[in-house]
Order: sequence, then C-alpha cells, then structure tokens
Amino acid sequence: MRVTVYIKIKPEVLDPQGTAIARALSDLGFAGINKVRQGKIIEIDLDKTNAIKAVSDTESMCERLLANTIIEDYSISIGE
Amino acid sequence: MKAAIVIFPGSNRDRDMAVAIRQSFGNYPIIIWHKETEIPKVDLIVIPGGFSYGDHLRSGAISALSPVMRTVEMQARKGVPVLGVCNGFQILTETGILPGILMRNIELKFVCKTIRLKVENSSGIFTAGYTSGQILSLPVAHNDGSYFADNDTLNRLEDRDQVAFRYIRTEGVLFGNPNGSMRDIAGIYNDNKTVLGLMPHPENAIYPFNGKADGQIFFDNLVSSL
Repeated sequence: MRVTVYIKIKPEVLDPQGTAIARALSDLGFAGINKVRQGKIIEIDLDKTNAIKAVSDTESMCERLLANTIIEDYSISIGE
Repeated sequence: MKAAIVIFPGSNRDRDMAVAIRQSFGNYPIIIWHKETEIPKVDLIVIPGGFSYGDHLRSGAISALSPVMRTVEMQARKGVPVLGVCNGFQILTETGILPGILMRNIELKFVCKTIRLKVENSSGIFTAGYTSGQILSLPVAHNDGSYFADNDTLNRLEDRDQVAFRYIRTEGVLFGNPNGSMRDIAGIYNDNKTVLGLMPHPENAIYPFNGKADGQIFFDNLVSSL
C-alpha cells in the first residue's frame, strides 16, 4: 500500500524558497503569479493492507520525524 | 573539569571545539560517537557544528533520533550543562531540548562571515564571562540559521531572559541579522539556563593573534562557572 505525505510550510510562516520561485516564474514571463508556497512530498511503500492502520501509523511518523509541526502542516493520502 | 563532545556522521567542527576546550580547560574532551547510549560523568556536554546526516529532511532532524540524544536529554534534565553550536543548536531544537527551530536562511544563501552580536543576558553559566549588552565579533557559517518560534514562545523566551545573544542590525544593511532570525535571535537558553544553543562559533574565535578572541572568553569563563 502506498501512502503519500504532503508537507507544507504553515501559512503564517515565511517561505523564502516559495518567494524565490514566484520571482523566478515572473521573470520567465508567467503573468499573474500572486504567491508560491513550496513543500515536500514523501511517498511511503507500506507493508499494510488496513488503510486505517496505515493512516494512523503515518500520522505517528509525521509527528515523530517527517514534519516539524512548529513550522509545517502535513496531510496524508492513501493510494493503490 | 571535563567535557564530552558528541559526534555524528557529518559533524565537522568537533576538532575545533576540542581545541578550544583544551585551551581553556587544560585537557582534551572525551569524544562520544552518536550510537553510544552512555556518557561518562562530565561537567559539560557539547554538540558541535557540521552537517550531520547531510541535513537530510531538516537540519538536525535525523541526528535528534540518535541513541546518544536520549542520554543527552536525560543528562540535560538532571542539570548537566549542554552546549549546542550551529548544527548542535539545530539538533537541540529538533529533540525539543530547546524551543523553536532553525529554518533556511532568509536570503537562501550559505552565510560565512564574522558578525557582530550582543550579549543579551550574562546571568547564565555560558555567558557569565561577558557583561549584558557587550558586543562580540564571532564567525557564523550556516545555511539554516533563521530562528523561528511562535509569538507566545518568543515572548516567553524574552520574559524569562532566555535570549542569550542577538545579532546587531546595522544601519543601511538589510540584515546585520545574517539569516532572518525572528527578533534577531542568535542564541537561546533553556528555562533553567543550563542548556545553550547558538548559531555563531565561539570555538572559531579563540586566538588573539588573528584578532578574533571573543570566543576564548566564552570557554575561559566556563572553567570558573561550571
């Protein structure tokens, strides 16, 4: 079972990398770029078939390592 | 007087730290590999700078899970003084021994230069050799040094005099603060002021002959305050 974790910088936290990407996109000529926020995607291939258990395990992974919840929000989606 | 330096794969300022400690303490520190679970009885535990685990995921995040950090946490709770410099500061925040987190520098560049900073608080064991308000010159060398914590945490740090060092903003320069740290924070204490984390490197400013000895006082002071 594949679990995907999306990690985003919290809205109230400054994201200088997102700002730099926005500037670069505007420089490329893409008009109307208001804001860019960047983050991480982590795909985990899990040896599990129970989706509920997979989500609760992944939540625990996020809390203990994958995300730093001082600055990051995470969401989890289950695929395949 | 005995110190221990904890090293991880990718630590690289451990030798500089050992030299600085030997110069002031008169003996060489014990070096502890991060897989160890025991630290002998020492007067000071140091987490040095470097790029442990290649800064993967977040700076200090993987190292924070190393077995030795459970021991460091326990010793810190018992009141054993702990010093984290640069990557060491990042590891201490990732373990939760110190509040907040060090994020990517605001200008997205590795900053390597000598900066000026102010001693905010000379009441802690690591800063007792300075006077409050004293201006120091120390080198910084980091990519992820932008201190972040929520407003409540920042207010609490200030109310309890836990801000040890602040960068000095220079007129006309965007950031005398080299990395965008909130409230110009360069170093903080834990709540009972036995743990210090800071981004600048006192261990790289210990020789008067190259004009940078503000870090020597830091280590000399420890001999009397520990």
